[in-house]
Amino acid sequence: MRAQLSPLRKQQTMIKLSQLCRTFMLGDQAVHALNNINLNISPGDYISVMGPSGSGKSTLLNVLGLLDVPDSGHYLLQGTDTTLLSETERARYRREHIGFVFQSYHLVPRLTARENIELPLVLAGIAPHDRQKKVAAILAQLGLTERAGHLPNQLSGGQRQRVAIGRAIVMQPRLLLADEPTGNLDTQSGLDVVAILEQLNQQGITLLVVTHDNALGQRARRRIRMVDGRIVADELAGIIASEADSHA
Amino acid sequence: MRTADFIKLILRSLTAAKMRSSLTALGIAVGICAVTLLTSLGEGVRHYVLSNFSQFGTRIIAINPGKTLTGGMGGMLQTDRPLTLYDAQALARLPHVTHVVPLVQGSGTIEAGGRARSTDIIGANHAIHSAWQFNIALGRGLPEDESGRSRSFAVLGHKLQQELFGGQNPLGQSIRVGGMRFRIVGVMAAKGQMLGFDLDDMVFIPVDKALMLFNRNGLMEIDVVFSDSASTDQLLASIRKQLIARHGAEDFSLISQDDMLQSLDNILQVLTAAVAALGAISLLVGAVGIVTIMSTAVRERTSEIGLLTALGCNQRQVLLLFLGEAVALSLAGGIAGIGVAIALVLGLAAVLPALPLQLSLFYLSLALLLSIAIGLAAGITPARQAAQMNPIDALRAE
Ligand SMILES: Nc1ncnc2c1ncn2[C@@H]1O[C@H](COP(=O)(O)OP(=O)(O)OP(=O)(O)O)[C@@H](O)[C@H]1O
Ligand SMILES: [Mg+2]
Repeated sequence: MRAQLSPLRKQQTMIKLSQLCRTFMLGDQAVHALNNINLNISPGDYISVMGPSGSGKSTLLNVLGLLDVPDSGHYLLQGTDTTLLSETERARYRREHIGFVFQSYHLVPRLTARENIELPLVLAGIAPHDRQKKVAAILAQLGLTERAGHLPNQLSGGQRQRVAIGRAIVMQPRLLLADEPTGNLDTQSGLDVVAILEQLNQQGITLLVVTHDNALGQRARRRIRMVDGRIVADELAGIIASEADSHA
Repeated sequence: MRTADFIKLILRSLTAAKMRSSLTALGIAVGICAVTLLTSLGEGVRHYVLSNFSQFGTRIIAINPGKTLTGGMGGMLQTDRPLTLYDAQALARLPHVTHVVPLVQGSGTIEAGGRARSTDIIGANHAIHSAWQFNIALGRGLPEDESGRSRSFAVLGHKLQQELFGGQNPLGQSIRVGGMRFRIVGVMAAKGQMLGFDLDDMVFIPVDKALMLFNRNGLMEIDVVFSDSASTDQLLASIRKQLIARHGAEDFSLISQDDMLQSLDNILQVLTAAVAALGAISLLVGAVGIVTIMSTAVRERTSEIGLLTALGCNQRQVLLLFLGEAVALSLAGGIAGIGVAIALVLGLAAVLPALPLQLSLFYLSLALLLSIAIGLAAGITPARQAAQMNPIDALRAE
């Protein structure tokens, strides 16, 4: 990661959200899923997002992942104002810079573990020869080499989530967004998955994890707490970061 | 995405639900098979009819009395000068003309040795044998007498000879044709049928006798055969000039075998296309099947669509993936349908050689293109639905 090589870059912001709002209409009632969010994220950050159900955590993740577009405010990703991008350009950003991990894995049931991991490379038009090397390396890294030829329904939950992580990182994104990645897993498998995510973060990837699990949330260096579409707390490894700090 | 990967992904989706995909493709296969068979039949009939007509050669121009304006059987309202044997003789002297056959046709009773048979009577001259490729099996052809003073000789068609004389040699025998006495000088070789018209069940007599027999003052037709040293248009022009000079007006009509074959061909092609359109109705059913299956697939694979979007597929790529599946289904059905149709046509041709079936590369390729077009038309709406899906809603679906 370039961001890791230069200590100067590490202090730069990778993501800058300013006065971001996302409102859903439920009938004639407006739900402020994101209510004036201001947030800076640096490359290599490890952030957990916690909060009650319906507080806007997933919505925040979707906006960060360019799957959703805010109604107002700005989202700068590596200096680019993403609110101005076209659908096709956002798709390209997702492909090249963002990896997603979902609670329910979202593996393609008819593709093997290897093929699921390979899918982003296939969609990106990368040659079969180059794909093979990358997929083999990731299978080894995630301890899935033995399971490469298995279909998702032949794998355990933890293995499925590891395949999903492999798929999320195979394009070497800078940003990894995980929405309750351990939500469907037992404690041990959950810990394994978290260990893998943290390992990836140590290798330089910017990691953002939405979770309901307090213990898991406390592992992150930076912990964000949301309530009713607002960020109500933003702690940095024990120290409470003030509003002014995060704007600096 | 690379083309090979694109195709592989599509095939993976289709083979994941083999039964469903096969049944959907079957719908198209049946339709394409019907279209292919029906067009083969149409083409077969076309070839059959055209080859029946062109067996006389294509360098023939037929002259009929009366001016036709629209190509119909006109000439009834005007008082036209009849086409005469002298006209025929004059035409025979034109350059490039090899044969001139003056014709009168009617029907009557033929009696011979106590047997009688009602059949067609053709009045012609000796040139008919070379002009129409009516070969002599036995004896001689019609006499080469000066027109107007022909001897009462007759030539029997192959079948007529069988009917009247059985296995016996009819040469030199005397028959009565419509009450006139003729002597048999020859028998035609078997010629077969032309469009259900039995060319062997006829008697041929000199044209001047036929004029007397039917009490006519003019010929029904003059056929002019010309050599390949001149074009059809050249001959049409010189015949027209000659006859106008003789008649003082264009009170006759000319039609070349080329023209006739061309208009026949046009009619038969329209018929073939119409028959193909009938078969296409069953394709409609197949297309509805594809729409149904693809809509179901889009609904079932909603979360997959969300995933593809999250992985960086744009709307166009999602659209192409689902459209590709629809086209692949339809194309598979089309290929299967064409294959079965070809097998059926070849099989039928072996079992029933008389059946006029003809595979045409044109219609085969058309059927293939048609199946692609159906896939596109049937797949576009479900594929659009897939592409326009909100990725967040799609990802939330489970
Ligand atoms: N597509 C949508 N249409 C309407 N309302 C929505 C939509 N998506 C989210 N919301 C609403 O926005 C609010 C925030 O939803 P969000 O999914 O971000 O919550 P969350 O914090 O992820 O909750 P949970 O912990 O249960 O996953 C909720 O009130 C929800 O009902
Ligand atoms: Mg959520």
